[in-house]
Amino acid sequence: MTGLDPLLAATVRTTTPLLLAALGELVTERAGVINIGLEGAIIGGAFAATVGATHFGIAGGYAGGLLAGAGVGALLALFVLFVRADQIITGTAITLLAFGTTGALYHAVYGAGGVALSIPTSAALRIPALAAIPVVGPALFDQPAATYLAYVLVGVLWWHFHRTHAGLDLRAVGESPRAARAAGVRVTRVRALAIVFGSMLGGLAGAVLVLAQAGTFAEGMSAGRGFIAIAIVALGRWNPLGVAVAAVVFGVATAMQYVVQALGWPIRYELVLMLPYVLTLLALVLSPRSAAPAMLARLDQ
Amino acid sequence: MTERAAGRQRIGVVAEQLAMRPWAAAGLAVSGVLVLGAALVGLVYGGAAMHAFWAGSVGTWYALTSGTLVRAVPLILTGLGVAIAFRAGVFNIGAEGQLLAGAIAATYVGLRGAGALGAATLPLALLAGAAAGAAWAGVAALLRARFGILEVISTLMLNFVAADLVSYLVRGPLQEPLHIYPQSATLPSIARLPHFGPSTRLHWGLVLAVVLALIVWWVLVRTAAGFQLRVVGANPFAAAATGRISVTRVTTHAFLISGGLAGLAGAVEVTAVTYALYDNLSPGYGFTAIAVAILAGLHPLGVLCTGFLFAALETGATAMQRDAGVPAAWASAIEAALILAIIAGVALRTRASNLARGGSEE
Repeated sequence: MTGLDPLLAATVRTTTPLLLAALGELVTERAGVINIGLEGAIIGGAFAATVGATHFGIAGGYAGGLLAGAGVGALLALFVLFVRADQIITGTAITLLAFGTTGALYHAVYGAGGVALSIPTSAALRIPALAAIPVVGPALFDQPAATYLAYVLVGVLWWHFHRTHAGLDLRAVGESPRAARAAGVRVTRVRALAIVFGSMLGGLAGAVLVLAQAGTFAEGMSAGRGFIAIAIVALGRWNPLGVAVAAVVFGVATAMQYVVQALGWPIRYELVLMLPYVLTLLALVLSPRSAAPAMLARLDQ
Repeated sequence: MTERAAGRQRIGVVAEQLAMRPWAAAGLAVSGVLVLGAALVGLVYGGAAMHAFWAGSVGTWYALTSGTLVRAVPLILTGLGVAIAFRAGVFNIGAEGQLLAGAIAATYVGLRGAGALGAATLPLALLAGAAAGAAWAGVAALLRARFGILEVISTLMLNFVAADLVSYLVRGPLQEPLHIYPQSATLPSIARLPHFGPSTRLHWGLVLAVVLALIVWWVLVRTAAGFQLRVVGANPFAAAATGRISVTRVTTHAFLISGGLAGLAGAVEVTAVTYALYDNLSPGYGFTAIAVAILAGLHPLGVLCTGFLFAALETGATAMQRDAGVPAAWASAIEAALILAIIAGVALRTRASNLARGGSEE
């Protein structure tokens, strides 16, 4: 049993921002767009959350994260849908832009040395009955509110995709935009909303990194989570429940490195970190091609 | 099959758009953003910052040769790789991972082979790096050709695997003999790429990069293989319809060459600059390479210019941070702004000319 409790707690902690970002990416990809700029939304959200929380408290921090995500999404939507630029190149450029801008502003606002910041952080919100469950209780139900939001979003998105007209429209746009357009769906609007919503969840994931975990901002602290989210969506085979499971797989692998180091297990944690990516590639090979939205990364002109 | 062909067509349109008459648009975008960036830096941070940037990038002989040109080498090599892939309609965004694979292979050959290989160590280390980069890209190429897996997703994932592999090797099998630092042992001098002189860091990798750019340009423009690659990139349907071009074979070859160039960049970096393998060996060369290639209009000789431009931007920014306290991260923001400006310019111009020709938008 030694090591299981800290592993569980660490897993839930590392999974939360990954799951939020991956659910955002899922919505965007379901509309046929790969958001390489999600990494930029996360780092932008993290910085905006830092600024927001410094001036307006925790709520201001989360609002800042969401706003920054929306801004990044709006920029991507503008380029992809209206300028008709390539989504992958634009996404890459937006991520570069976000890294550069946040890094520079951080130095400019908080000083060259990166002064130790003290930001208010959100406390864990204990859910009375559930948190009392042995072993898994505290890990799952003694967490910041954002974690519960991620749980709820999994169900909400599943419901949205499979039980609502708007969800059907979204999926139709990603599978066959021409058919969707013929059926009266406003394809560009659906895509724009999917991109902005997905990026907002990315921004929220960045805010969680700052407000519920690190308590400070660091340059490049998104650390590839936006790209990991793209892997999670692929491993989760483009559906919300699958994405939740896949996020936990990546979360466990990330959490393992702390546990392995702390307990001195005789495994190289770098190899553990590598596993989920290899698993994702294998899953892509083994799963039928139909799992991915047919129009993914290909906008019809 | 038709589904995949549709995807290729979209990518073909991109390659065609970007490869078309790059110079006018690029010149305009570059000068616009550079003037704007310089004006902003000058206004906000003052003349001292601008002077530090100038002196740290191209304003002194040492900065130009030992800083900017040294940094340009990996950017040119990876940028060439990205340009070839994009020209063929292959979205290889895994140059970073391919570079690391090349660095690993070159380190291995340089450390383990030095005793037995003698003078052949260096060329073999460079070749091993190129081969490893090609093999790393080959995984994604195979997944694309055989299973139709989007190379955007697979190369992204292989980037992480390569970075984790470096982390593992420098703490495990390839760690330096004292087992203290997370890095490999230092390469013996027989495995090092020579510098131009005792007082400069500039090495023969620059010559290699320039020669390869010329070769890539010649192959692309003057040979049948280059013509096929350009046709496949511009319109895979037309290429397949000729019955003489295997689209899959051409894209796979372009993918492998692209990875080989990135792998060579990693091998050159290890044998000429770092002399050892460690984490964060590359400050994102493989990602900047995408910007380098796009800004060059996917033109091999353009890559020489944009690789140099971005190297100057980055070394100048580093100097500006050190000497004038101006955040170096502005360099990334300016690079990104350059790219967004140029893709907006190219896309809008293409639409305008389509409309003028009487074509419809949808």
